[in-house]
Amino acid sequence: MATTGTVVGIISNLVVVKVNGPVSQNEICYINHHAVKLMAEVIRIGSENAYIQVFESTRGLKTGTPVEFTGHMLEAILGPGILSKNFDGLQHDLDKMEGVFLQKGDYTHPLEVDKDWRFKPLAKVGDEVEAGSWLGEVTENWIAHKIMVPFTFEGEFKVKKIVAAGDYKIEDTIAVLEDEESNEHKVSMIQKWPVKVPIKTYKNKPRPAKFLETGIRVIDSFTPIVEGGTGFIPGPFGTGKTVLQHALSKQADADMIIVAACGERANEVVEIFAEFPELDDPRTGRKLMERTTIIANTSNMPVAAREASVYTAMTIAEYYRSMGLKILLLADSTSRWAQALREMSNRMEELPGPDAFPMDLPAIISNFYSRAGFVHLNNGETGSVTFIGTVSPAGGNLKEPVTEATKKAARCFYALSQNRADSKRYPAIDAVESYSKYLEYPEYIDYVSKAISPKWVDNILDARNILVRGREAYEQINILGDDGVPVEYHEIFWKSEVIDFVILQQDAFDKIDASTPINRQQYMLEKVLNINKTLFSFEHFEEVNPYFKKIINVLKQMNYSEFESEQFKKFEKELEEILNEKAVVETEQP
Amino acid sequence: METTAFQKIHTKVDQITKATCSLYATGVGNEEMALVNDRLAQVVKIEGDLVTLQIFSGTEGIPTNAEVVFLGHAPQLAVSDELAGRFFNAYGQPIDGGPEVDGKLVEIGGPSVNPVRRKQPSELIATGIAGIDLNNTLVTGQKIPFFADPDQPYNQVMAMVALRAKADKIILGGMGITNDDYLFFKNLFENAGAIDRIISFVNTTENPPVERLLVPDMALSAAEYFAVEKNQNVLVLLTDMTLYADALSIVSNRMDQIPSKDSMPGSLYSDLAKLYEKAVQFPDGGSITIIAVTTLSGGDITHAIPDNTGYITEGQLFLRKETDIGKVIIDPFRSLSRLKQLVIGKKTREDHPQVMNAAIRLYADAANAKTKIENGFDLTDYDKRAMSFAKDYATELLAIDINIEIDTMIDTAWKLFDKYFSHAETGIKAELVEKYGKQIK
Ligand SMILES: Nc1ncnc2c1ncn2[C@@H]1O[C@H](COP(=O)(O)OP(=O)(O)OP(=O)(O)O)[C@@H](O)[C@H]1O
Ligand SMILES: [Mg+2]
Repeated sequence: MATTGTVVGIISNLVVVKVNGPVSQNEICYINHHAVKLMAEVIRIGSENAYIQVFESTRGLKTGTPVEFTGHMLEAILGPGILSKNFDGLQHDLDKMEGVFLQKGDYTHPLEVDKDWRFKPLAKVGDEVEAGSWLGEVTENWIAHKIMVPFTFEGEFKVKKIVAAGDYKIEDTIAVLEDEESNEHKVSMIQKWPVKVPIKTYKNKPRPAKFLETGIRVIDSFTPIVEGGTGFIPGPFGTGKTVLQHALSKQADADMIIVAACGERANEVVEIFAEFPELDDPRTGRKLMERTTIIANTSNMPVAAREASVYTAMTIAEYYRSMGLKILLLADSTSRWAQALREMSNRMEELPGPDAFPMDLPAIISNFYSRAGFVHLNNGETGSVTFIGTVSPAGGNLKEPVTEATKKAARCFYALSQNRADSKRYPAIDAVESYSKYLEYPEYIDYVSKAISPKWVDNILDARNILVRGREAYEQINILGDDGVPVEYHEIFWKSEVIDFVILQQDAFDKIDASTPINRQQYMLEKVLNINKTLFSFEHFEEVNPYFKKIINVLKQMNYSEFESEQFKKFEKELEEILNEKAVVETEQP
Repeated sequence: METTAFQKIHTKVDQITKATCSLYATGVGNEEMALVNDRLAQVVKIEGDLVTLQIFSGTEGIPTNAEVVFLGHAPQLAVSDELAGRFFNAYGQPIDGGPEVDGKLVEIGGPSVNPVRRKQPSELIATGIAGIDLNNTLVTGQKIPFFADPDQPYNQVMAMVALRAKADKIILGGMGITNDDYLFFKNLFENAGAIDRIISFVNTTENPPVERLLVPDMALSAAEYFAVEKNQNVLVLLTDMTLYADALSIVSNRMDQIPSKDSMPGSLYSDLAKLYEKAVQFPDGGSITIIAVTTLSGGDITHAIPDNTGYITEGQLFLRKETDIGKVIIDPFRSLSRLKQLVIGKKTREDHPQVMNAAIRLYADAANAKTKIENGFDLTDYDKRAMSFAKDYATELLAIDINIEIDTMIDTAWKLFDKYFSHAETGIKAELVEKYGKQIK
C-alpha cells in the first residue's frame, strides 16, 4: 500500500510531513490542498517525518493536510513529441495550461496521447536486444526518432513480437520482449526515467574531439567547443551571457537544441518563443523551433523546480543522444540552480559551506557536467550531448563557490569581461583569459588539421599571441605616454586591435555578421594575420592610429558584406590599396 | 480591518522576539494575516500547533496575553476603478482622508504569468531624454531601475519620465521615502493635472520599516487589475528598492536565518525577481512596466542589492554628475536597456543603432584621453577632437534636462560626428553614412 502522511510543519516551501510507512529520498509526493494537488519532493528523512520541498507556493496550506507518496522519484516522460515543446521545469507542457496565469497544481501531460505517429520497425522478431536498442522509428519534425528498449530494462531480451509499420499512439504496445526467464514485457513508444540518474545505455564515452561549429568567431577560432564537450560562461550582469547562448542556440551545428531557462527572465524565453518559429535553420531550411525544446523555469516560477529543470533538460538530452544525435544543451543560469539549493539547505538548517552554499555543491556541479559527452552506442552509432552553462557570479567576482566549482568541471571557459562589455566590444569574451582545453587534445588537433586546415591550430596560437603582445604594448603606452615609447609599440598595439575588431568582435544583431561559417573565419583570420606580418613605415606615432582605423573600418565593412560578393571584393580591393600605402614589404596573399 | 463574530480570539502568546510572536493555534494557513492587539501580522512559520507571526509594526509593548485573531486570508487589496487618484498606506488603507475603496478583494503577490502567454514587448516609451531614448530606449513591459547615489535627483527624473510616458495609469510604490519626497510626488502629480491617472502606496520614513515589504505587491496587484481587466498600459514606480531589501534583511536577521553576502538573505534574488517579473506585456494589449530606484552606497554596484537587481532587471539607468558640464547625465557606459534592440532601428530610424554605438565609442575615447591628461601625457589631435566631441555630446544629448524627439537626437549625433570626425573614425556602415550622414567627410 502506498505511504501517506499529514502536514505537521510549514516553513515557506519546506514542509514537514508525518508519514505512516516507508518513504525514500527524492521520492515524489502530492499534498492534497483543497481541490488541488501540490507536487513535492522528499529531500530529507527523519525518524517519523519526511521533509519535502514543494514545487509550488504553500500559501494557505494548513497542518493536518493529507499527503500521498508515489513510490518513485521525479521522472521525465520520454517519447516522440518532445521537440518544439515548451515545458516547465517539471516537464509539464506550458501550452496546454489554461489561462494567462499559472495556476497551482495545473499539471499537464508533456506529450500528445492521442496523436498518431507513423511507426517503422527497425528490429525483427527473434532479435537480441537490451536497454537502449532501437526497436523502430517515427519521424518527429525532421528527426528519425528512435523507439528504444526502455532504459530501465536490465539484462538481455529477445523480440517476441513487433508491430508492422503503421500509425500508432504513444501508449500503444509496439513490441513485446522476452527476458531470460521467459517473462514477457510490453513496450510502448514512451518510457519514464528518473531525472537525477544519468542514462548510461552506451558502450563507451571516449574523449570528445570533433569540432562543433558555432559561427561565433571568438569561440570557433580561439576557444573551440567540441561535440560532447563542456563549457561555461561566467560574467557579471549585462555582459552578454544570454545573448551569447541565444546565438549558440540559433547557429550551432547540432541536431537538437535544448534550452533550459533556469531562474532567469521570462522575457528572454518569450524572445525565443517569438523568434524561433520564424527563423530558418540554415542547415535544414526548416524553422529553428523545429529543432528546439525549451525548459522554462523563469525566476518568478517556483524556486524548488529550478533544480529539477536542469535535470529534466539533461535527461531529455541523454534520451535523444541515445538515438545517435548531436545535442546541444544550454542552461542559463546554473547559479540560480545553486541558489535554489542554498535556499533549501538554509531552511533545513544544514551546516553551510562557503557563502552559505551547501557543502556538497562542487560535487553536485561536477556530477551534472559529467553527464555531457560523446558516446559510442552499442549499435556502433555515435551521439553527443554538449553542455554549456552560464554562471552569474555575485558581484562579478569569479572567486565565488559556483564559479570555482564549475571551473573544475567544465573544459571550456568563456570569461565575459565587464570592461569589454562597457566599451561595447561584443561578444565580451576575453580571448586571452578564456580557454578551451580541447585545443590541447592531440585528437582535436588531428581532427581540425584535416577538417579545416593543417595550419589552423598554429594560426590560432599566433593570433592569441598577438593579442597578448598588444596588451603589453598598450600597458607600456599607458605608463610611458604616447611619445615615451617607440613607434613600434603603437604598431603592435594597433595590429592586435585589428584582430579584436575584426575577429573577436561580432555583431549579434546584424544579419550577416551574426554567424560566420568556418571557411569564412579561416579566410579572415589568414587575412588579419597577414596584416600582422606586414611591416609598415610610420614616421610618427600620430600616423598609426588613423591608419589602422582605416584598415579596421574596411575589414568591418567586409564582415558586414555577403562573403565573396561584389561588395565584399570591392572592400577587399580598397584594403589592398590602403595596405600598399604604408607596407614596406609585399605580403603574400591568402 | 474588522473582526467578525465567529472568529476565535487567542489570548496566550507563547514567545515574543523583536519582530515575531508565536502561539499555539490550529487550522491556521501559511501566510495568513492576523491581528495581534490590533497590529497587522502575517504567519511565517508553522511547526505542529506552534504558529509564528511576523508583526509588521514590531513587537514593542506586545504582552503575553495579547489578543490574536486570524483573518483567514493572505494580505489583500480591494481593486476597482475607484483606486484611481487615491493614496494608500502599505496595507492598502486610504491615507488621503477619502473613503475605503469598494472593489473585488484580491490576494496580493498572486500567481505568475505563464511565459507562453506573454507577448514580446514592442512598444517604445518615449521620454524626450536622449540618455534614455537614444542610448537606452525603454519598452512597455520592461523592468528597469535607476542606479543612483542618494544625493542624485532620481525621484525627480523618475517622475518626469513617468509623466512623459503616456501611460494609462502610474502607480507609485514608495518605500522608506521621506515625507518631503512623498509631498513632492503628490504636488507634482496634482500640478501636472495627472492625479486621476495616479495611484500611490506609500510607506514613509515615519512608518515602521517592515511594513514596506507589502508596498510593491500592493502596487503590482493594483497594476494587474488595470492591465488585465482594463487592458491598460500601467507604469509602476518603485522607490527605493534598496530600502525594501533592507527590510527583508531585518526580517531574516530577526528570524535567525543564515545571511549570505552583505547580510542579505540567501533568497534575495528570488524575492526581488518575484516582484520585477510582474512586468509583462499581456496578449490583450495591457502591460505593466516597472521603473524602480536602487540607491547605491558610494557608487558600489557589487553590493548584493544592486548586484542581484542587475541580474533580474532588463538593464539599468545610471545617473552621474558630469563635472565638465556641471549637469547630471545618464551615464552611457554603465547604463543599458536590454530591450532596446526590440525597437531601435525598427520603430525608430534604421541608423539609430549604429549612430548610438558610434557616439558612445567616441565618448569612451574621450574618457581615455582624460586619463592621459591625469597621467600628465600629451594629447594627440584625435584625443583633442574626441574631448571636444564629448563635451558637446554630454551637453546636447546626455544631460537629463534634454527634451527632444528621437529623430532630432539621431540628427544631433550626426551633426557632432561631422563636426569632429571622419567617416572611418565613426566606423558606421558605409550605406548608412551615404543615406543619413552625407555631410560627413
Ligand atoms: N553580441 C552582442 N552584440 C550586441 N549587443 C550585445 C551582445 N551581447 C550583449 N549585448 C548587449 O548587452 C545586453 C545584455 O546582454 P545579456 O542579456 O546577454 O547579458 P547577461 O550576461 O545574460 O546578463 P544577466 O546576467 O543579467 O542575465 C544585451 O541586451 C545587449 O544590449
Ligand atoms: Mg542573462
